[in-house]
Amino acid sequence: MSLFLAILLRFVGLVALLLVNGVVLIYMLRKVLARLHLRIGPNRTGPWGLLQTTADVAKLLTKEDLRATPTDRLLFNTAPYLVFVPAFMAYIPIALSPVLVAAHLDTGPLFVFAVLSMVPLGVVMAGWASNSKWSLIGGMRAAGLQIAYEVPLLLSALGPVMIAGSLDPLRIVAAQSGTWLGFIPRWFVLPQIVAFFIYAIASQAETQQTPFDMSEAESELICGFSNEYGGMRFGFLYLAEFSNMFIASAVGTLLFFGGWQLPWVATPLWLAPIVFIVKVYIGIYFMMWARGSLPRFRMDQLLGFAWKVLIPVSLVWVVLSGVVIRLVSR
Amino acid sequence: MSDEPVTGVQSILPEGTQPTPMLPKGLKRVPSGVDQLATEHLILNVGPQHPSTHGVLHMLVELDGEEVIAAEADIGFLHRGIEKLAESRRYHQMGTILDRADYVSGFHTETAFALATEKLAEIEVPRKASWIRSLVMELNRCASHYVWLGPVGMDAGAMAPFLYLMREREMILDVLEAISGSRMMFNYVRPGGVVRDLPAGIDAPLRAWLAIADKYLGETEDLLGGNEIFRARMKGVGVIAPETALAFGMSGACLRSSGIDFDLRKARPYCAYGEIDFDVPLGTVGDAFDRYKVRVEEIHQSVRIVRQLLDGMPEGEHTSKVAKALRPPAGEVYAAVESPRGELGIHLISDGGPTPYRLRLRSPAYYNLGVADELLAGGLIADMIVSLGSLDIVLGEIDR
Repeated sequence: MSLFLAILLRFVGLVALLLVNGVVLIYMLRKVLARLHLRIGPNRTGPWGLLQTTADVAKLLTKEDLRATPTDRLLFNTAPYLVFVPAFMAYIPIALSPVLVAAHLDTGPLFVFAVLSMVPLGVVMAGWASNSKWSLIGGMRAAGLQIAYEVPLLLSALGPVMIAGSLDPLRIVAAQSGTWLGFIPRWFVLPQIVAFFIYAIASQAETQQTPFDMSEAESELICGFSNEYGGMRFGFLYLAEFSNMFIASAVGTLLFFGGWQLPWVATPLWLAPIVFIVKVYIGIYFMMWARGSLPRFRMDQLLGFAWKVLIPVSLVWVVLSGVVIRLVSR
Repeated sequence: MSDEPVTGVQSILPEGTQPTPMLPKGLKRVPSGVDQLATEHLILNVGPQHPSTHGVLHMLVELDGEEVIAAEADIGFLHRGIEKLAESRRYHQMGTILDRADYVSGFHTETAFALATEKLAEIEVPRKASWIRSLVMELNRCASHYVWLGPVGMDAGAMAPFLYLMREREMILDVLEAISGSRMMFNYVRPGGVVRDLPAGIDAPLRAWLAIADKYLGETEDLLGGNEIFRARMKGVGVIAPETALAFGMSGACLRSSGIDFDLRKARPYCAYGEIDFDVPLGTVGDAFDRYKVRVEEIHQSVRIVRQLLDGMPEGEHTSKVAKALRPPAGEVYAAVESPRGELGIHLISDGGPTPYRLRLRSPAYYNLGVADELLAGGLIADMIVSLGSLDIVLGEIDR
């Protein structure tokens, strides 16, 4: 197989994964929220409403590409891609199984966090270029929020990385095989429980979901930074949000829940991607649960929480676990 | 810094004409003053199409970043001239338009009007009619508070409680529909009594609601008032001092949450309230959280009242004999009821004709909204939304 073909195939595979994820996640969000809200959710288009999101994507794709005259043309058109492309790139080092990975990067989680830190740039750009006050406030909020929560997100990933002694997703997962005392799965969530909660909170903020959906804040900013977007440009912004949810849950699974491994038994290679996806979707379900039942923070409370609580706690935790790991490994 | 109005239309106006200032007094595009940058305050139009203005309220807000410097409520988008229309309606027809004033709790406006007419024409009301009026008003109060509590949760970002409360509200609306024939536009209370007796078998669905009301409301309380985030959002936000509340003529839960004990049901008992045992919850601080607590407790009290009304419902006629073309003697009366939003009064002037000479509606939400300019300045955008929501405004009643 030529190199070009291999790259092309991987690219197509990633796009397929991202799109299918987006469609499935939007359907899942609607159904999960509906269950939490005593509603029914989509049930008209296709069996159990399964084709509803497909129909929505078709609608977005065929909509007229509108741009209001006072918007900044170049920035307005570029912003959705600046949000979408990092979300797409973040899929690259996600290993679904020991062999099923687009590119084997030694610095997997670091790469994901690095590309995702470009997202606020696109969001601010969208808010600014829209030339709407609502979008501007939404964009500014998103930037402040994501910068604040990126720090604890990174710090919380340090614990598992220190235990595994590597940033390589394969080695992190391999370090989580086997059991402690013969019956406790050797998943990092147990020794790193504090780091896991910090990761869960920070990733909920990074994916901009309630209680951290500052940039959208429907009851305040109507739709935040994506106010002026329609058609597929909005579709990109929306899709990026859902793909970030998948990424957050996938990285969490790799770092804390043993990746593609089943507890207690050896996982056959063909089963690994399925186990991984199931774990990721369970994580996403919990994110949606929080989204469906919690109110929203205020902006200052949110930033105060990040800088005054999460970051100090995660710093102390990093030092603590560093010392303990050093003592244990002796 | 300049006090001059924005004069963008100056060029097309005839010479010598002064343009209408586009910004109301108090809102200025001034330099921000945060730092030495050449930034200026942002004037933001909130509404009339905005998810959190509870109808068609338009707010002009002066922002410094996220901070609200000044805010002004602009009303009138739902003005239908109800007071003027009332001058061409006969007394028994009035329910249809008065229901549409406060569309969330129509029974209160209807009853206020009926009480005013009865006072003017000196009509005796059968005891049963009074009890039925109290019953439907209390049910309506619960329905109205449900539809306040849910959206205030949504203002704070919680979607689920809203839909849970809709379930209970639907139970009440089914009962009210069985009683009056309509879910919200009842036209049921008339001068002299009520249109029909309570339908047979209304007991069962009412008792079904009574059985779950306190429990389900408790669940919602756990989700909202028991939630750390919700408390942080509501506590200390939108504080109304008792003096301010009195100065603005506020009433209802907004006044009581500031610690002033004034409830028309106790202060000037009407209908069956003199014979019923219930408490009036009071707040202490006067912030948004107190208003939340007071309204939730009011629902519990209403449940108590409905139970008593149902148990002690007297026998007898549901209305007295009233001429269809009622011509009250010339005169002037004022009658008020405690609506979910406060003192809802009808000021009625008759010249002896078949229609009122003048009808004025004292709409409580109008007075409660008056405090907005004072209340919203100084908070953040998020505080503004929560404070505004906590006032429980109904634009149909404010604009009339």
